[in-house]
Amino acid sequence: MDQALSLNLPKLTSRRILWNEIVSDVLVRFFALIPLSALAFIMYMIVRKGAGTITWHFLTQMPLNGMTEGGIFPCIFGTLAITLMMILMALPLGVAAAIYLTEFSGHGMFFRVIRAAVNNLAGVPSIVFGLFGVGFFILFVGRNLDHVLKTGMLFGQPCMLWAAATLAVLVLPVIIVSTEEALNAVPQSQRSASLALGATKWQTIWNVVLPQARGGILTGAILSISRGAGETAPILFTGCAYFLPRLPVVHLFGVIPIVNPFDQFMELSYHIFIMATQSLDAVKTLPIQYGTTLVLISLTFLLNLTAIVFRIHFRKKMGTVSI
Amino acid sequence: MLIAEENQGTREKIKMGTRTLAGGVLVDREDVTLNPVKIFSQELDMFYGSVQALHGITMEIKERAVTALIGPSGCGKSTFLRTLNRMNDTIPGARIKGSVKIDGIDIYEPGVNVAVLRRMVGMVFQKQNPFPKSIFDNVAYGPRLHGITDKAVLENIVEESLKKSAIWEEVKDRLDTSAMQLSGGQQQRLCIARVLAVDPEIILMDEPASALDPLSTAKIEELIRQLRKNYTIVIVTHNMQQAARVSDYTAYFYMGSMVEFGETRKIFTNPVKKETEDYITGRFG
Repeated sequence: MDQALSLNLPKLTSRRILWNEIVSDVLVRFFALIPLSALAFIMYMIVRKGAGTITWHFLTQMPLNGMTEGGIFPCIFGTLAITLMMILMALPLGVAAAIYLTEFSGHGMFFRVIRAAVNNLAGVPSIVFGLFGVGFFILFVGRNLDHVLKTGMLFGQPCMLWAAATLAVLVLPVIIVSTEEALNAVPQSQRSASLALGATKWQTIWNVVLPQARGGILTGAILSISRGAGETAPILFTGCAYFLPRLPVVHLFGVIPIVNPFDQFMELSYHIFIMATQSLDAVKTLPIQYGTTLVLISLTFLLNLTAIVFRIHFRKKMGTVSI
Repeated sequence: MLIAEENQGTREKIKMGTRTLAGGVLVDREDVTLNPVKIFSQELDMFYGSVQALHGITMEIKERAVTALIGPSGCGKSTFLRTLNRMNDTIPGARIKGSVKIDGIDIYEPGVNVAVLRRMVGMVFQKQNPFPKSIFDNVAYGPRLHGITDKAVLENIVEESLKKSAIWEEVKDRLDTSAMQLSGGQQQRLCIARVLAVDPEIILMDEPASALDPLSTAKIEELIRQLRKNYTIVIVTHNMQQAARVSDYTAYFYMGSMVEFGETRKIFTNPVKKETEDYITGRFG
């Protein structure tokens, strides 16, 4: 019996096993190094060539001389405004959808259809969203709104509102999926405890489930902002401008400045795109391109960092929930 | 009523201090056989989809008494417990036949408000499940749900509930710290306090001490004996000796049916059915 068993066991010092071990170890390390070095290379290039451009002047001034000089302030302003508007639209919608999917839908046919739709939405190329934005938001919703409200050409033209709406549709899957994960991570026993105390389903979601999922939802929201902030294609036709001599700001009652959602806007990623392809002098503006890229990357990096900080903060605050 | 009469005869023969079949001795306790019936389940069938989990359970549960449900895993005792506050409603495909009456009212009638029912029929779970909030907020959760916002009233309820669940002395100086920092046993007593705070009449306990160490278990059992004076308690337990120690009545479940039901002292010393005796003495399950 013992002998039969030991025959099947490899020798402790088998050279073949040892060799396999070394080879797979080296291979895995090598493959892991490829994306890391690619990232390092890109970051190095951008920082090296862009850092010199970043000055207070560059960050706070309008572009000058056919955008070959000056700053990129309207682009920064536009990017911040549009992502803020985007998240205000996408977050309530995405969270509501995720609550429906996790807490109410069960796992029937309808649930599976919606789930498949969400997953497919995440796989749609972003230029398709851009075209969808033009076709649906501007030409269909906007023109019809104008027709019904008799507002001339207020809604039926590319503007910040529709660009933000298009981006919102783009990041919806990110928000839905991350919110769903956050909701599912709340132990069932927490819901039971609340229901058994006489809470209704909605009271349970509002008082127990959502507070515990808050960290996960916020993380998803911030990640979706950083995704949306870097997109060019969806806003290409729906609202961003090549160059605007002024900020998209309107004065409420003539005094209070607010972002004008019906105006067009300049945006960082689009600015990089046009500077590289349609600039009057693409070589002369190289420093501006690198500088803008650095600003955009820093912005998204900062957002990702915020997401991580949020996650850690909430994990600490909630303590460990026993499952 | 039938049960009470049947047990009248046996009571004389079984003396306090008698060894039970599960080991340990019977402890003296107040006579509850004349208490009115609080919960009455009649021919109760329960299904999960096409699987029948309970078969015709008919049972009278007395007011201000502890009724223990025992039986091997999967025998339906927890399922039965959860039909009493309609927690099974949350499981898709679950449905019942027959009736459960509390104070004479069928809780499965269409007009019954489940939230109100669950206030009246509190539940303590197997694994302690405090909310990741402060100790105060845990206990105040129920009263707040039901519209109490006055700080002084809330403070009063929280203090009373924590005292009743014998944890006040341990936590009174740190009510605003997280409940997650308490020990397992303390958390379970906090969960009991949380239930008491909504002023229930019935408390269901689903193996409340199975995840706790012996010392914490003893505290929970002591607490159950205290609460019995004011509340109707139904407790599911795997621990035979615990059932013998804390309960007035015991029901033995097997394969979704109730095999035997009667006074604990009778079930544990002189059961009618052989299956019950086999289970209690450990020859089965």
